[in-house]
Amino acid sequence: MSAAVKPGYARPLDLKHGLVELRHGGGGRAMVQLIGELFARHLGNPLLAQGNDGTLLPPQGGRLVVSTDSHVVSPLFFPGGDIGCLSVHGTVNDVAMMGASPSYLTAGFVLEEGFPLADLARIVQSMAEAARQAGVALVAGDTKVVEQGKGDGVFITTTGIGYLPDGLQLGGDQARPGDLVVLSGTLGDHGVAIMSQRENLAFDAPIRSDTAPLNGLTAAMLASGARLRVMRDPTRGGLAATLNEIAHQSGVGIHLQEAAIPVRPEVEAACELLGLDPLNIANEGKLIAICHPEDGERLLEAMRTHPLGQAAALIGQVVEDPNGFVQMKTRFGGRRMVDWLSGEQLPRIC
Amino acid sequence: MRYVDEFRDGELAGGLAAAIAREVRDDRRYNFMEFCGGHTHAISRYGVPDLLPPNVRMIHGPGCPVCVLPIGRIDLAIRVALEERVILCTYADTLRIPASRGLSLMGAKARGGDIRMVYAVTDALRIARENPDREVVFFAIGFETTTPPTAVAIRQARAEGLGNFSVLCCHVLTPSAIMNILESPQVRDLGTVPLDGFIGPAHVSTVIGSRPYEFFAEEYRKPVVIAGFEPLDVMQAIRMLVRQVNEGRAEVENEFTRAVTPEGNRKAQDLVSEVFELRRSFEWRGLGEVPYSALKIRARYGDLDAERRFDLRYHPVPDNKACECGAILRGVKQPTDCKLFGTVCTPETPMGSCMVSSEGACAAHYSYGRHKDLEVLA
Repeated sequence: MSAAVKPGYARPLDLKHGLVELRHGGGGRAMVQLIGELFARHLGNPLLAQGNDGTLLPPQGGRLVVSTDSHVVSPLFFPGGDIGCLSVHGTVNDVAMMGASPSYLTAGFVLEEGFPLADLARIVQSMAEAARQAGVALVAGDTKVVEQGKGDGVFITTTGIGYLPDGLQLGGDQARPGDLVVLSGTLGDHGVAIMSQRENLAFDAPIRSDTAPLNGLTAAMLASGARLRVMRDPTRGGLAATLNEIAHQSGVGIHLQEAAIPVRPEVEAACELLGLDPLNIANEGKLIAICHPEDGERLLEAMRTHPLGQAAALIGQVVEDPNGFVQMKTRFGGRRMVDWLSGEQLPRIC
Repeated sequence: MRYVDEFRDGELAGGLAAAIAREVRDDRRYNFMEFCGGHTHAISRYGVPDLLPPNVRMIHGPGCPVCVLPIGRIDLAIRVALEERVILCTYADTLRIPASRGLSLMGAKARGGDIRMVYAVTDALRIARENPDREVVFFAIGFETTTPPTAVAIRQARAEGLGNFSVLCCHVLTPSAIMNILESPQVRDLGTVPLDGFIGPAHVSTVIGSRPYEFFAEEYRKPVVIAGFEPLDVMQAIRMLVRQVNEGRAEVENEFTRAVTPEGNRKAQDLVSEVFELRRSFEWRGLGEVPYSALKIRARYGDLDAERRFDLRYHPVPDNKACECGAILRGVKQPTDCKLFGTVCTPETPMGSCMVSSEGACAAHYSYGRHKDLEVLA
């Protein structure tokens, strides 16, 4: 991405009424102009400005953690966020769940011909703001344009790179019987916020997506000294899918207390109406942590002092179970399995 | 009252559980069928059986609209989508029902069928308005609860002159299914399905009222308690059924008084009878051909009937031989009696319809209750 080419165009991009055209992905001057006046303007930094086919990163201590995520959310703008900030948060959070501190991001854009440049500008600005907030720099990017009808506005793929301090080893296979399961806040906000905007589902719910960068929260958790085994953000498939993954990877069972799991009443009501279970719904600013049996209080205390962990709660415990079942004591007093979601609850949630 | 979690209160549930435990007699068993999939789901999701004494057993009934749709009906919907190139609008649950040749509506969608998931029939009307040059077919399934909205849509389409809209009607009737079960040899003569009473439908009864069940109570001597879909409703209904059994009564009682009246919703009933008439016979999965158990669109609205418009002929297709959905829907078998359960048939790759909908007996047991099977083994 280089803006150092001599401009061969007379007028600036029309960011008010202009549309994405095929030439914006064609490798010619129009593409350079789009990159310079839009992407580099908002996301620019010295590393991005190197302008070569690849970006040379400075040496840094620790092991590298890398994660990649494609974002196809519909609608592109939703209460509490948009595809821009979501594409930053999604990847930053995946790197942070490893215990690493995210430093760099790359972004690939697939734009649809005819997409308003004004909307693209909003998305790029939102990405820039999210990256600034998360403390990561965009160090490489790519833009392609597909014909009208062959895309859906904008798709964004981001890759995150972070560094893991020595001695830290978090992973889905680390949970042991007796460990505690902690959740950072309310479930289902993102998924229900998206659903509330779908044309065939529109309901007037004052529910905002929880999309947020979690690396600040994870840093506070790591600093607490609590012995963390697993951190994971329950995105698609929700808490149920994430805990089943962990149970499977670690070869353990998990027992939950439904009464301890925080869900906003408006989210619960919407789920009720749509026949959904908040445990299956996507989150974009929540995490699950599994820690040593003795460190629950210390961890919760650290989490609750962070704005994104104020509603953190101890929701369950890891148990011995060769079947790898996740079970829950219901508020009603019975017990049930918490299984993976089957099929597709709602396409294009993130 | 927010009507979100009041009927799921753990303390009240504990009180009801204690009351039921006090009232059941140790010298007998109580076998109750919950007719509706909505009850099946609530029972499994909230773990109701954990609160019941061991001699009270719940048997899942056939009241799951997705489960009782036979393969031949799904085939019709797939045919109209793939061959007639219509926009087929359907409720999400139907998308994954296995049909002939390894297809499902989801599979037909991947093969280019324009199949759209809707939450209400009004969405299908909107799609028809927005696509005047395309034929739009609404795949209408469900018991008496979903029938009135379909009737409204058909009238609306007529009033608007929406010439590109039609309905593939698969609406079925609850009382006919209950009657079929009560008349089945397993219940009537052989006694292999001991049935001491029914938990009657919640939402269906808001439409048809509690009267239609009186015949079953009188003629077959089976108590019926109409109950809401919340777990406390179910517990209360079980307590009422236990009392009827203990006192030798067989009456229709209404636990769901906050929504159900004896007469039901007259306006909805009138709408339904204006638009629909009885089919002479309809094939149900599990129950087979059941006379006068489903509805078809009346001749006066015949131009809105997709079966007529596209000359769709129904061909019955047998279920997979190893699939026990039929026996499970009749209460004769339990999901775990089926060899396919949890092995080749899972919610991810369902072989039978009971594994598809979250209201299906197999899916409910697989998703919420299969830890119990292993406890029995261990």
